[in-house]
Amino acid sequence: MTSLTSTQPSTSGPSVFAKMLKSPFWLRVGLLAIVVALLEYYGRFHADPAFMRPPSAVLDAFFTSIISEPKIVAALWLCVIEIAVAYAMAVVSGLLIGLIIGATNFSRAALFPIVLMLFAIPQVAFMPLVIMIFGLGPAAKIAFGFSHGIFPIIVNVVAGMRDVKELHVRGAKSMGASNTDVIRHVILPNMVPSLFTGLRLGMTLTLLGVILAELYVSTGGVGYYTRVFAENYNPAPLFALTLCLAIIAIVFNELVRIAENRLTPGKRKAPKIQASKIQTSESGK
Amino acid sequence: MNRASLSSRSVQYGFLVLVAIAWYVLTERGNISRLFLPPPMDVINALTKLFQTASFWSAVLVTLTTVLKGFVIALVLGVLAGYLVTRSKLAIATIEPVISGLFTIPITLFFPMFILFFGVGTGSKVAYGATYAFFPIALNTIAAFSNMEQRYLLAAQSMGGSRWDVFRYVLMPGALPVLFTGLRIGFFICLASVLGGETISSVAGIGRNIALAAELMEPARMFAWILFVVCMSVTLNLLAYSFENKIRSR
Repeated sequence: MTSLTSTQPSTSGPSVFAKMLKSPFWLRVGLLAIVVALLEYYGRFHADPAFMRPPSAVLDAFFTSIISEPKIVAALWLCVIEIAVAYAMAVVSGLLIGLIIGATNFSRAALFPIVLMLFAIPQVAFMPLVIMIFGLGPAAKIAFGFSHGIFPIIVNVVAGMRDVKELHVRGAKSMGASNTDVIRHVILPNMVPSLFTGLRLGMTLTLLGVILAELYVSTGGVGYYTRVFAENYNPAPLFALTLCLAIIAIVFNELVRIAENRLTPGKRKAPKIQASKIQTSESGK
Repeated sequence: MNRASLSSRSVQYGFLVLVAIAWYVLTERGNISRLFLPPPMDVINALTKLFQTASFWSAVLVTLTTVLKGFVIALVLGVLAGYLVTRSKLAIATIEPVISGLFTIPITLFFPMFILFFGVGTGSKVAYGATYAFFPIALNTIAAFSNMEQRYLLAAQSMGGSRWDVFRYVLMPGALPVLFTGLRIGFFICLASVLGGETISSVAGIGRNIALAAELMEPARMFAWILFVVCMSVTLNLLAYSFENKIRSR
């Protein structure tokens, strides 16, 4: 079986178009283009302008009523800072708590189920409480993003530490490694893949937490503008604002993926494709 | 139960007891505002009072039917889309990254559009929950059906199995555990997103009642609702896990 992600090498020089039809990347680009074209057609000729506008009008609104409004740009920047601060806090404390929980077999058996139970609780139920405690400003959004982002990091740090082979630890110790040496040179490198899975999930959930709180607080920030646009049946700037948030989310996710590719030892790349990864590892046997 | 698991169990129950004691001591002895953390007895009283009202049960019913509707839509569409994608390797390589890439973007940011299209009633929450649950279900369906050992399929085909036979006796049993993990994740994402949607903007349901209690500055009632949500989701989680283990062990 050949790898799924790469295209078949051309055998007798077929046309560029035929090659593109077999390439997943170009097929994706084509799919996206078709979706945008359909939206444009529908939005221009059939949709009620109070609910839906074509992509060209959204792009226009992006320049005329998002970028040119300093208040909206400031709200978006604040959102970026909230995400960055919440994520940094989640990474540092998630790593620390994860290391403590995963340190011994007993602490893992005793404390890990507590973390899993807390992780399973839908945190949105606490959103009004968080707003009550931290107020309507950025503090509440940071707190909510933090509390969402920390759990997958803890869980994956603990899982990564559990998978350390006892043989490696004993080998290092018998060669005179101290406890810090074992952590630095055996446990940490071993948990990197799992850690990055946690960091990626943590970013997704931090984004979720911050944006949930932003939307819930409708008196200021991004949530205020989304409500104003939605209530005035002015969809073009609403779509453009949503697009901005989506771009922010994509950039943050990509940053984590780039960091993963840079910092992972060996040639392992961040898994872009879940199913085909399984498939290729299967065929590699 | 051996000694090690007994002592770790005792740590877990000890944690719950410690939380309860800390809650009690903080509210009785400390000078925390009752607005932020009401005493546990007040919350218990508020909860028992809530149980006796009809509006409580109707709110729970609204939320649960919304979750169920969204989940069923996501289940049908997600499994169907996922299965169709796995029929071609090119389709997997093309579409799977799109779905998993979209899933890393918080769909919450499209929530104002759901309100715009479907109104503030339950319709927007059904659509929102279904959209959110669609992704893990579709992704796990793709993983479940594309992860199949080829030789099982070949063996079944070479022994004269029809397409339906292969599907019924090879594909389905092999895919079911992974598929069910997706369904469980999808259900709880649907529950959380419906609650979140109700909290942000709605007219009925559990999330709406939590937000309402916060707006009216009734912390005891808000905590009673939160406690109810916590207990409900923990119970549902345990049920789902035991059901999943049953499917896996078969």
